[in-house]
Amino acid sequence: MRLEYFEMIDSVDVFDAKAQRIETTSRVPAAGESPVFEGHFPSYPIVPGVLLLETMNHNAGWLIMGLNRLTRMPFFVGSRRLKVRKFVQPEQVLKGSAEMIHEGSGFAVTKGELRIDGELIAECEMTMMVMDFPSARFKQELEKRAERIGMIALVGA
Amino acid sequence: MSSTFDAVAKVISETSEIPLEKITPESHTIDDLGIDSLDFLDIVFALDKKFGIKIPLEAWTEEINQGKASVDDYFILKNLCARIDQLIAAKGA
Repeated sequence: MRLEYFEMIDSVDVFDAKAQRIETTSRVPAAGESPVFEGHFPSYPIVPGVLLLETMNHNAGWLIMGLNRLTRMPFFVGSRRLKVRKFVQPEQVLKGSAEMIHEGSGFAVTKGELRIDGELIAECEMTMMVMDFPSARFKQELEKRAERIGMIALVGA
Repeated sequence: MSSTFDAVAKVISETSEIPLEKITPESHTIDDLGIDSLDFLDIVFALDKKFGIKIPLEAWTEEINQGKASVDDYFILKNLCARIDQLIAAKGA
């Protein structure tokens, strides 16, 4: 994870188009590696809950883009039943998953989870608007990120 | 139509916390009920699930933007219900 660059996912480990499900890994940086921990909190570094939500959003986003083969871009517009059950500390490894609940016209509803060593840390239901890419450059940048986290290899886009 | 309306009104009431008695077939979801686009997404999600359909929201939006349809064609509840009935019939065809 590079929290300050909103690079929340280190690798996509499983992409199952048939089951409409994705599994990922996110390694939380060490306390000295991210300025986020300077403020959240001094002498007590934990990952902000909004960044856990952001991580679940990215998992949902990659799931949707995997299913549409990186032709359209999901944007987060709403959440339901968000629960953050445990503090997440530097250097912990988050195993994320997202699955499709409903693929609508121009939107999708997904459910996501984050776990550490099998224990449920956070969960949420997320609604994403699915739109055309705002620009060709935006799409290229996203494809680079998809390549880096192993998404392209799994999707074959 | 009436059973579809009853179901749609119930979904709107539950999703947007609007009293059921305020929702009529003549209600305009935006002008009368004050439902915004994000609330409408939640309603469409609930209606898709309830009726086992996929409301073509993107196509409707495009038709309105291109002037091929008016907002009232989709957002007055009796019209919305008629569209839903068409989608349900098409699914069973």
